Amino acid sequence: MSLVAVLKGGRSLERQVSLKSGARVEDALSRLGHRVVAIDVGGDLIDRLSSVAPDVAFVALHGRDGEDGTVQELLEVMGIAYTGSRVSACIRAADKVLAKHAMLDHGIPTPEFFAFNETAFRTLGAGQALPAIERRLHFPIVVKPASQGSALGIKFARSAEDVPGALLSAFSYDRKVLLERYVAGRDLAVSVLADDAGGSGAAVALPVVEAVPTGEDFYDFEARYEIGRTRFECPAALDDAVASEAQRLALDAFRLLGCSGFARVDLMLDGETGELFVLEVNAIPGLTETSLLPQAADAAGIGFDELIARIVAAAGR
Amino acid sequence: MSPSSRRPRTTAHDIERYAALFAQRTKVMKSSAMRDLMALTERDEVISLAGGLPDTSTFPADSYASLMGKVAAESCARALQYGPTEGLAAVKACVSDVMAAEGMTVEPDDVLVTTGGQQVIDLVCKTLLDPGDVVVCEAPTYPGAVPTFCAYQADVVQVTMDRDGMRVDELASVLDSLESSGRRPKFIYTVPNFHNPAGVTMSLERREELVRIAGERELLVLEDNPYGLLRYEGESLPTLRSLDEDFVIYASTFSKILSPGVRLGWTVAPAPVLAKMNIGKQASDLCSSSISQYFVGAYFASGPWEDYVRSLIEIYRLRRDVMLDALAEHFPREAVWTHPQGGLFIWATLPSYIDTTDLLARALQEHVAFVPGRAAFVDGRGGSSMRLNFSGVDEDSIREGVRRIGEVVREQVELYGTLTGQRPAPPAFGTAERHGRDASPGLVGTVAEAELAKVLPLSRKRAG
Repeated sequence: MSLVAVLKGGRSLERQVSLKSGARVEDALSRLGHRVVAIDVGGDLIDRLSSVAPDVAFVALHGRDGEDGTVQELLEVMGIAYTGSRVSACIRAADKVLAKHAMLDHGIPTPEFFAFNETAFRTLGAGQALPAIERRLHFPIVVKPASQGSALGIKFARSAEDVPGALLSAFSYDRKVLLERYVAGRDLAVSVLADDAGGSGAAVALPVVEAVPTGEDFYDFEARYEIGRTRFECPAALDDAVASEAQRLALDAFRLLGCSGFARVDLMLDGETGELFVLEVNAIPGLTETSLLPQAADAAGIGFDELIARIVAAAGR
Repeated sequence: MSPSSRRPRTTAHDIERYAALFAQRTKVMKSSAMRDLMALTERDEVISLAGGLPDTSTFPADSYASLMGKVAAESCARALQYGPTEGLAAVKACVSDVMAAEGMTVEPDDVLVTTGGQQVIDLVCKTLLDPGDVVVCEAPTYPGAVPTFCAYQADVVQVTMDRDGMRVDELASVLDSLESSGRRPKFIYTVPNFHNPAGVTMSLERREELVRIAGERELLVLEDNPYGLLRYEGESLPTLRSLDEDFVIYASTFSKILSPGVRLGWTVAPAPVLAKMNIGKQASDLCSSSISQYFVGAYFASGPWEDYVRSLIEIYRLRRDVMLDALAEHFPREAVWTHPQGGLFIWATLPSYIDTTDLLARALQEHVAFVPGRAAFVDGRGGSSMRLNFSGVDEDSIREGVRRIGEVVREQVELYGTLTGQRPAPPAFGTAERHGRDASPGLVGTVAEAELAKVLPLSRKRAG
């Protein structure tokens, strides 16, 4: 069995979620017979990794630095095998704008959007283009930071007067934001996992999870991590054809961005047209007790320990 | 045991199983996003103006050692033992002393010693509330009371505040409106002195009017007075308890005059209410820490307790003044804030287009933190306000912390200007006089004025 360093915590806004994910991963790895060293990622990361010299690093970080290729780059430099996607896939997935452009270019449906960085507003007067954008996207418009992994900073603008405030909120998290057409409908997630054949790098889509908010009009950051605020249905009650299509799109997006090991793809099923849209790909989805990937794995008969075992087996290959 | 049987099945099934076990009230015990953000404020490199922490660094270590030594020498076995639920007689005598300093006469039998002032809020809710019962409190209210009200599934109604504290005229119309639908609140929760988070103090006229209304309608008032002795200017005002003993439940604490670490507070209440609260406390924790109570008893016996409070007042007054100066220097003209005559907090309100929860995420990148205003409301209001604490960090940190917050606020104000085509507002240098002691939450300024100064309609939030 291997010596596994679990990288968790870090400085991102999702630190607490990462600590929860990391703790569960440590327990599972121990049960699997691995030797486990937990590292709360900070300024001493290189020192810690050098002294621990793990066989594999399990990256249980979410958000900035942990999920956007930064830590992965350091692990590449140090020659340490690590779980999940490689650097380039992390960069593509962490930037919703990059990911959506790639999807558009390759025919994967994603809601129409416009993205701007702060300079567009500060120096190019992009504010004057807002009415045109609003006409194209129709209200409500979803405004979100390009890089925030969780639902932090995501706002609904229901009318033109909501837009500047929503942009300010999104800019609190990132220098780049997007305005996206709101797809009213069902909130789906398809997790993708490396298959158990080993070596081939092939991946399978797990059963679709549906997040059903309880009493809230939006599946918000709080609901995402608290038991009892959102009801999850897995497998989601969907026609087989729709479920298969969602899984196919998720796998397409996973491959398009070059992900490996595991990921979670968030989609919307348009309540009126029945069309599916990919919203984003999360390179390191949550592994907490309420997270969607473990639930989807469970529905496929893959227990948490087996899930972690597969992710580790796929590390670095 | 085979390896496979040691692997428990996890996730979805377990979650469903546990979710079915949770009480209804846990569904309203929310926290996470803000709690996760607040957890980040505790990092070493962050200047946190978010805490509500008294400064315990000036309490002499040798005094602590000698007091604990005295407890060990004289009361070791009893300090290590359970004590009476209502508290040690010696501590109840200390409570009488402290309350006398605030103009109240109290018999030791009328006192219930609690585990911090927070336990009083919990015991009052436990004693008085059935699910769906109405609690009236201020808007904003003490953020730490919100989860307690929610845990008891209270229907919380918040009444607007201005520079003179709770709008008692609005309270009267709220009560009328409730009564017309056959409902009456179980109690009215208020922090009359140096309000947390609003920083304002209830005027004498309003105090008299509040107890008059309570008496006339036979409603209980929970008077939470943790900061009353921390007055930096102006004359002390009588507590509600000293104006009316029949309908006031009084709560206070040793946390701000000695140490929050001793976790000791107290309540004085009408006898039948106190008796019920005593039973509630037995169920909660049997008694508060005997070790802490012996420590407090030894401390009060060792010399005049007021000396240490006076030294804290000097420290906090300076820090308050430093924060007010820093706000005047670094916050843009669109911002308004309160001028507290005591206590630990200033409440600042920004233009309505700024969401202070998101602003906190931005501020944390600059390693500075505050409490977003939404924490002090049950109904989503307060989104553009923030609570700033001046007691827990030194003067240089206050200046630097406020400077950094001012910087990110200004950045947002400017960006908003470019988004809407409005010219960014000029900086606020030399505008301190706008924020003199007449300043009050939402009553001066531009956008915030329009947003907050109007009398808000009866806003009710069913917590259940």
